[in-house]
Amino acid sequence: MDILSVLLILSCLFLLGSSRLHVAIRVVAAQGFLLGILPVVRSMPDITAGIWILSVSTIVSKGLVLPWLMRVCLRNSEIRREIEPFVGFGASLLCGTGLLALAVWVTIRMRLTQSEAPAVLMISSFFLVFVGLFIMVTRRKAITQSLAYLVLENGVYGVGVGMSLDFPFVVELGILLDVFVGVFLMGNLLFHLDLEFEHMDVDKLTELSDLSESAATAGEENA
Amino acid sequence: MELFISGCILLLCSGTAAVLLGRSRAASWVATLGVWAGCGLALVPVIQTLAGRCPDPLRIAWSMPGGSLTLGLDGLSAFFCLPILLISPLAALYGCEYLAHEKKSLGSALFFCNVLIASMLLLMAARNGLLFLVVWEIMAVSSFFLVVFDDEHASVRDAGWTYLIATHIGTGGLLVFFALLGRQAGSLDFEAMGTAKLAPAMASILFVLAVVGFGSKAGFIPMHVWLPEAHPAAPSHVSALMSGVMIKTGIYGLLRALTLLGAPHATWGWALVVIGLASGLFGIILALAQNDIKRLLAYCSVENIGVITLGIGAGVLGRAWGQNGFVVLGFGGAILHVLNHAVFKSLSFFGAGAIAHATGTRDMNQLGGLFKSMRWTGLAFLVACAAICGLPPFNGFVSEFLIYLAGFGGVQAGATETVVLAILLTGGLALIGGLAAACFTKAFGVLFLGEPRSDLANGAHEAGAAMRWPMAALAVACLGIGLFAPLAVRLVAPAVQIVAGSDAGSLGKALSVPIPFLSAIAWASFSLLAMAAGLFFIRRRLPRGREEAMTGTWDCGYARPTARMQYTATSFAQPLTHLFRFILGERKLGSVLQGLFPRGARFETHTPDAAREWFFAPAFRAIDRGVAPIRRMQHGRVHGYLLYIAIVLILLLIWKAGGQS
Repeated sequence: MDILSVLLILSCLFLLGSSRLHVAIRVVAAQGFLLGILPVVRSMPDITAGIWILSVSTIVSKGLVLPWLMRVCLRNSEIRREIEPFVGFGASLLCGTGLLALAVWVTIRMRLTQSEAPAVLMISSFFLVFVGLFIMVTRRKAITQSLAYLVLENGVYGVGVGMSLDFPFVVELGILLDVFVGVFLMGNLLFHLDLEFEHMDVDKLTELSDLSESAATAGEENA
Repeated sequence: MELFISGCILLLCSGTAAVLLGRSRAASWVATLGVWAGCGLALVPVIQTLAGRCPDPLRIAWSMPGGSLTLGLDGLSAFFCLPILLISPLAALYGCEYLAHEKKSLGSALFFCNVLIASMLLLMAARNGLLFLVVWEIMAVSSFFLVVFDDEHASVRDAGWTYLIATHIGTGGLLVFFALLGRQAGSLDFEAMGTAKLAPAMASILFVLAVVGFGSKAGFIPMHVWLPEAHPAAPSHVSALMSGVMIKTGIYGLLRALTLLGAPHATWGWALVVIGLASGLFGIILALAQNDIKRLLAYCSVENIGVITLGIGAGVLGRAWGQNGFVVLGFGGAILHVLNHAVFKSLSFFGAGAIAHATGTRDMNQLGGLFKSMRWTGLAFLVACAAICGLPPFNGFVSEFLIYLAGFGGVQAGATETVVLAILLTGGLALIGGLAAACFTKAFGVLFLGEPRSDLANGAHEAGAAMRWPMAALAVACLGIGLFAPLAVRLVAPAVQIVAGSDAGSLGKALSVPIPFLSAIAWASFSLLAMAAGLFFIRRRLPRGREEAMTGTWDCGYARPTARMQYTATSFAQPLTHLFRFILGERKLGSVLQGLFPRGARFETHTPDAAREWFFAPAFRAIDRGVAPIRRMQHGRVHGYLLYIAIVLILLLIWKAGGQS
């Protein structure tokens, strides 16, 4: 299990440093497979039917369906690379190590190490959450955003598996979050978001701000 | 209680059904039917309670910390339910026709109207601070959505914002009020709050918070600024519901708070008397200066809230001094005036709505002579005007008379302070009543008498049946409460008993004091009515067999009279507004006439609301300048927002983890 956790951490570091979206999707798919194996490994001696279902459904959704949807999105949009992130790839890697340290610190402080949850798994799960948030904040493309959301959600799933293998709870959580990603990607596909929030949406969103509203109403009254 | 709750649920369900039906014509009828059925169901337990059989309170577990779904009825809340249950069905029926020609979907308006009614009913039944606040907010927000129904006009949107801000300032006060009181009592249930031991200073702080919180809903000066904005902006049946019923929830809250705070101080009573006098006088003086009929009515609501508060102040002083006469007559007059104001103010808003609906304007200077084309509306509005001025035989007289009686009783008691109070009560009420008479002579005279002042008024037509019948019903109610005044006084007894906190025996004695007066007045009223009917009959018989000729109104021997020779709304009120110019701060714009044959000239006056102009506007501008730097956070970039979330989450995690050393 520790090996799986370390692989998860490494995959995240890879995501932070890579600009090629195809590869990034493949890495997230691999994460899905790793997370799918996780519950089986965790409850090794006696594996119930519920655990098998959880494992298989996770692999299908996180490892196959969602990455496939993303690849379709990518094909439709003719984008290959993430360009001009707010934080460069080298700097992202550096921040990643900082986040890893934060994850270790949080895990230790919360005394999760002494509970039955395996320490390394908890560290890697927190790290997944942090990296997901980080990528969401620093990257421009909508597809990367949804990728990052999936990573964050993988982290939540990891914590769930680590804390308890209570079958219905984890499944419910996983399904709910996966559905969200699915809807998000379908939205990408259907509405042809330019796959870049920055250009597509900024104009409209700033209109919601208070500062521009007064200008807008003034214009209306003049008209 | 089950019937009461199911009535509320029926209201909500029919509202939801109306949303789903949306644009179809059936939507308004479904919603209206729901209002009638829901109010009918809720009326049963209310009447039982007023008859002396309180239903058992209902307790349902609620996962909210400190909250419990405790619902119950007592004399006070049952009495305050009466105007809601009486006005709402009529307003819903009126709204069906009023909005019938609207092009946009009515789903949301119908839904929020039903939610507003249900939330007001639940508010009366709420017996837990948290539940009370939640329902209070639902009420505020649903009425906000009703106010901004015509949101394509910038002025309506502005009015909506004013209302939303004002109501939330009030809610802020209430939040602190319930938090402090709950802390002292150890529980947010009203039952526990009522028995809490409060230090005098703490009780006074709580009293101030209650006045601010509930007063901003009721419309105490200077928190009244939202009324003259929101009431004209809303559709008329909503104005009737808000002005007639919803602002009374503020009065209910204040009375309920008084029952929770234990024995009152005399200073509280004086404060309420001063607030009442100020609201009454300023309200009616500002109403005099208005030319928009619904704005005028909104200011008049401020005046009536002032009268009610005056009565409550007398009651509180009576409790502090141990004088049962003040307690019973003051509280009794105030509480009865709540019902009366609900009836006649809704009626006058219905009338104003019918005029606006028929002519498309609310500006009195464009109207006139409407009595010829809108006889029903005119009669109903006349009844409302007479009732508002407190003239017998209508209902407004009864409740104001009770407060007068409290004042006269104070003179007999003889102590200096009671005489001062008596002078304030009688003198203040008389001044307010006289100004109200002037104000509504202007309103009725300019709207209905004389000649039409513009083509808008020429094209007026009588309202349809669904708008006429609610008006007729309310006019009959005005007359009925006035004629059967002794019965109406008995109706308030259960409510007074709860607010007065005294035992039933001495209360009954004090309550029987006004009965002989009111009976005599009722007989006089009956004979007045009989005389009026007789005169009317004679007038009908008289011209029979003689020649009749029609002639122009306002002829006065002029060769070529025009409608512009009449008094306008502004000029009619000018002597009084000139007298009170130091309060009104009227602005006059226009040119002075020059030469023997002057060319063109124009003249207009504007009456700004002093509280809004000189207090709230500068205060909010200062706040606006203060928070301008914070607005930069609201830049509209998704990444920035995500960053905020990430930072907050990580800080929380670090804080939580750091705390577990």
